[in-house]
Amino acid sequence: MPKPLPALIACPHCDALYRRPTLGRGERARCARCGAPLYREAIKLDPDHLLALVIAASITLVIANLSPVVRLSASGITHSASLIGSIGVLWDEGRVLTAMLAFATTIAFPVAELGAFTALLILIRREPGSPHVAALLRGIQAVRPWGMTEVFMLGIVVALVKISHTAQVIPGVALFAFAALTILLTLIISYDLKALWALRPLPEAEP
Amino acid sequence: MTLPTAHAEGLILCETCGLVCDPGREPHPHCPRCGTTLHARKVDSIRRTWALLIAAAILYVPANLLPVMSTYTLFNTSHDTIMSGIVYFWNTGSPDLAILIFAVSIFIPLAKILCMVLLLIAAQYGVDKGLRQRALMFRVIEFVGRWSMLDIFVITMTVGMVRFRSLATIDAGPGAAAFGAVVVLTMIAAHTFDPRLIWDRSEKKS
Repeated sequence: MPKPLPALIACPHCDALYRRPTLGRGERARCARCGAPLYREAIKLDPDHLLALVIAASITLVIANLSPVVRLSASGITHSASLIGSIGVLWDEGRVLTAMLAFATTIAFPVAELGAFTALLILIRREPGSPHVAALLRGIQAVRPWGMTEVFMLGIVVALVKISHTAQVIPGVALFAFAALTILLTLIISYDLKALWALRPLPEAEP
Repeated sequence: MTLPTAHAEGLILCETCGLVCDPGREPHPHCPRCGTTLHARKVDSIRRTWALLIAAAILYVPANLLPVMSTYTLFNTSHDTIMSGIVYFWNTGSPDLAILIFAVSIFIPLAKILCMVLLLIAAQYGVDKGLRQRALMFRVIEFVGRWSMLDIFVITMTVGMVRFRSLATIDAGPGAAAFGAVVVLTMIAAHTFDPRLIWDRSEKKS
């Protein structure tokens, strides 16, 4: 078994090796060689507070995905558009790849991340050494770059500006839900997962 | 300034949980905290990154030439490429949005491919100038890549919103899938590239 050296820290961007610095609140360590951020004193959030945020985000996500983003009317015809409905239209029109890409980045990956995060935060309190904790953390790290809620939020705004030239636009529930979800996810993502890894006990050093 | 590196000290950083480990003499060490296989550098980084970038560069052509959106109204049908969509925003009084879409859909993907090629070549030849600048360039590329997906989302919502039966409908075009593939491929390329390779060769020289 390789020997863990938790007192050291290596820069993931240039491999420079340091003794782990003790940071004050709000301080962050930068690599002296390449300038990459190394480590910051985690925002004062314990796993329970994080769990509250994750549950709030999960509820918001369901509302955002299923309810109408906007209602539109033009020449006496009115209809509403939701995210899941729009992806369905793409799929029905035969734009399967585009539909799958939009589905994965705006629905599947955020749902997977929040689901795994909920399970993880419940489990880590009872049994931080469990192998499931490691599997869940790895899963969250793998899907995190592919959830693109904040980019999608900007996409809605651009699409609305475009449509507002030709049709009357009435904002729907999901528009506000997406705005709230963007803020909640930003808070959740600013939490450094390395702090959760650090809660796991290290194996006893061999004599 | 010379700083000790994990590699020079015979140590390995776990890429999953960030623990520094001493692998000892084990041939296939695993991280004692999270179980990930430990590698001093990402496996086959240069070759994989090249392959992904070449694929992205090829798809960049249909992404820009094929229509990404088609508009059907009672009287006519029109097809829009990414560029003609930008021109539409410019002409209808939203130059700010035109600049935004141009930046994320045309400029960033192209700049990203060119910068990654530069990083790869410089790492392969062990160029030891501008190390910090290249390190910063990589971090910027990693950060901005996801915003290129903007156009895919604009298309998705526009298609969903403009459904006025026979009056007007909008459909996505084949260019959208090619464009999405460019964004995904360049994101994976940024992930397979190991920024530590920027520094490795230059170190051996000095």
